[in-house]
Amino acid sequence: MTRVKAAWGWAVQTARLMVGVPDYETYVAHRRQHHPGQPIMSYVEFFRERQHARYACERGRLRGCC
Amino acid sequence: MSFKKSLIWAAILVLGVVSFAMVALNRGESVNAAWLLIASVCVYLIAYRFYGLFIANRVLGVNSTRQTPAYRRNDGLDYVPTNRYVLYGHHFAAIAGAGPLVGPVLAAQMGYLPGTLWILAGVVFAGAVQDMTVLFLSTRRDGRSLGDMIRSEMGPTAGSIAGIGVLLICVIVLAVLALVVVTALKNSPWGTFTVACTIPIAFIMGAYGRYVRPGRIGEMSLIGAVLLVAALIYGRSVSESATLAPLFTLSGPTLAVLIIGYGFVASVLPVWLLLAPRDYLSTFLKIGALVLLAVGVIIVRPYLQMPAITRFIDGSGPVWPGNLFPFLFITIACGAVSGWHSLISSGTTPKMIENENQIAFIGYGGMLTESFVAIMAMIGASVIHPGVYFAMNSGAGVIGTTAAHAAEVVSGWGFTVTPDMLTQMARDVGENSILSRTGGAPTLAVGMATIFSGFLGGRALMGVWYHFAILFEALFILTTVDAGTRVCRFMIQDLVGNAIPAFKETRSWANNLVGSALACGLWGYLLFAGVVDPYGGIWTMWPLFGATNQMLAAIALTFCTVVLFKMKRERYAWVTGVPSAWLVICTVTAGLEKVLSANPKVGFLSHARQFTDAVAAGHVLAPAKSLGEMRRVIVNDYIDATLAALAVAIVLTVVVYAIASIRKARSAPRNTAIEIGGPVAVAGHD
Repeated sequence: MTRVKAAWGWAVQTARLMVGVPDYETYVAHRRQHHPGQPIMSYVEFFRERQHARYACERGRLRGCC
Repeated sequence: MSFKKSLIWAAILVLGVVSFAMVALNRGESVNAAWLLIASVCVYLIAYRFYGLFIANRVLGVNSTRQTPAYRRNDGLDYVPTNRYVLYGHHFAAIAGAGPLVGPVLAAQMGYLPGTLWILAGVVFAGAVQDMTVLFLSTRRDGRSLGDMIRSEMGPTAGSIAGIGVLLICVIVLAVLALVVVTALKNSPWGTFTVACTIPIAFIMGAYGRYVRPGRIGEMSLIGAVLLVAALIYGRSVSESATLAPLFTLSGPTLAVLIIGYGFVASVLPVWLLLAPRDYLSTFLKIGALVLLAVGVIIVRPYLQMPAITRFIDGSGPVWPGNLFPFLFITIACGAVSGWHSLISSGTTPKMIENENQIAFIGYGGMLTESFVAIMAMIGASVIHPGVYFAMNSGAGVIGTTAAHAAEVVSGWGFTVTPDMLTQMARDVGENSILSRTGGAPTLAVGMATIFSGFLGGRALMGVWYHFAILFEALFILTTVDAGTRVCRFMIQDLVGNAIPAFKETRSWANNLVGSALACGLWGYLLFAGVVDPYGGIWTMWPLFGATNQMLAAIALTFCTVVLFKMKRERYAWVTGVPSAWLVICTVTAGLEKVLSANPKVGFLSHARQFTDAVAAGHVLAPAKSLGEMRRVIVNDYIDATLAALAVAIVLTVVVYAIASIRKARSAPRNTAIEIGGPVAVAGHD
């Protein structure tokens, strides 16, 4: 059962990353560990930031076509 | 290697050789697609284990104790150490697109064998090598982009020239892909309705994900998928309705104008409203459809009806002009080797890789999977009757506009087909006509419908499957169109911004509107020219697309070779040097032939001359129908010749810069590559 759960977790994580949204838990853990006391984006803020970043070519993000 | 492992690899080798023999040596009888599939998978396994890992360990010298950018610059957003399987999925979704689906279909005019051999040889020795090496180099440089890396390793001029090359290919890619959508949707109310529905569906999804349940990607995508299936099924009723069908029965030029307008609007709207939700749908639909196709081919195991080699191997084919060399090698670009991947491999992926020892799996392995998609596209094109294939892929100027005439012409080429077969196929897939549906996508859709209906739903569902395949291709091409227009806009702003600095400000609405209009104007002009082209557009433009895409791959591989010399690994420089030389030879030969060939079918200038002479004499040459059309053909010939010449000039300039850099690197006493970071104790080490 835990294995199925882990596999599902991976599948969800992969699907999210495919559309440019990395793991939120990892982000929160990173902020807590490396930037303690500094603000952490809520999931919604995080989602919007990532969504915007995926299509912001001005930051050197060229996306392929084929 | 242990005895047991050696035995397994020997078995894979034998299986691969046997399958290949079945595919290549079988004459007269049709071959089962399963052999092609097994042969390819064996090639991939052996190539990965023995060549991919060799490149990683010996040539590049990956160092598992070296910290990757994901750790060094970890910010939880762009730079995040990511599980290798999750990252593989991300990387594959980013590189997979329309290219590997369309190219092999077009290449099937020479038979399935030449294209298959190039797909396999190309991916093993060029495509996967390029993806992996660029990924490696970018990982060692904090995930910097290809353009940045070329600038720092080969100088600013080489970097700028490569940048112009990227803009050129971007414009041509957008035009050609949009053309594929137009030819698939023209006079097809079912297809047009379904694809049009994706716009309001995206709005609903976007609003849901912004305001109702923010950030719920899964729920948004589920809603979108349900609505999409509803639109797909209702599309049949639309196509049969006397009042609705005419609304969605559009001509090529009308569709072209609509798509250009769509590209403009979509690129200035906020991303959450249209682009992002469509991106979710198209990404998941793409992965789902590819998995379904793989499962379908394995379950149905169809027979290949296309001969291994057709008479058109001599270069006289109706789908695209030119000889096997060099034109086959640019017709199948993605799937064998694609320059675009060098942009992805130096984009998001290197910022997430956990350890250098995963570079072969993600870079080389990801490209092998892409190549597998190309093989499936080749199978899709080969399982339909060759007569149907040629009737679908030849321009109206060649086979006429009636089933009877088309059947007569195609049968005359030796692919016996009756008018009934053509009209029956059109009825089965729910279209008025399948004649001259060039561009590869409709052919692949017929192939996919044939395979899917073989195990799900039978003939009754063929129309649904056909339009499902059209929808999935159109959806991600249109996502490319709006994302690509933004990329183009940015590059134009950057370029023009050098002269007018105020234009560089990307947050200005006015700048974005002007930039988008310029971008859409560039690709829109080419698209429109392709749509009204009496040759059917693909005939003229696909070679141009292939040549520019391979041009970018040639630049990327040349850059990799330069860095190998700078790293003092010239012993292994052949690994990237040989494919790079091959691509330079292919693109330059193809480009020069497109410009200079005396054969008016191949050379743009000689074609323009032929038409100019005819106009002067007052003759109208087929397939043009009026002197006005003739003049349009002439103008397009000159534009296309200029683009081809530009591609050749860009490749050659980069090669000259590369040779200079290599000479400098050889005379330097030590490693002169500019890397970031070095070996330290790392957390992701395993």
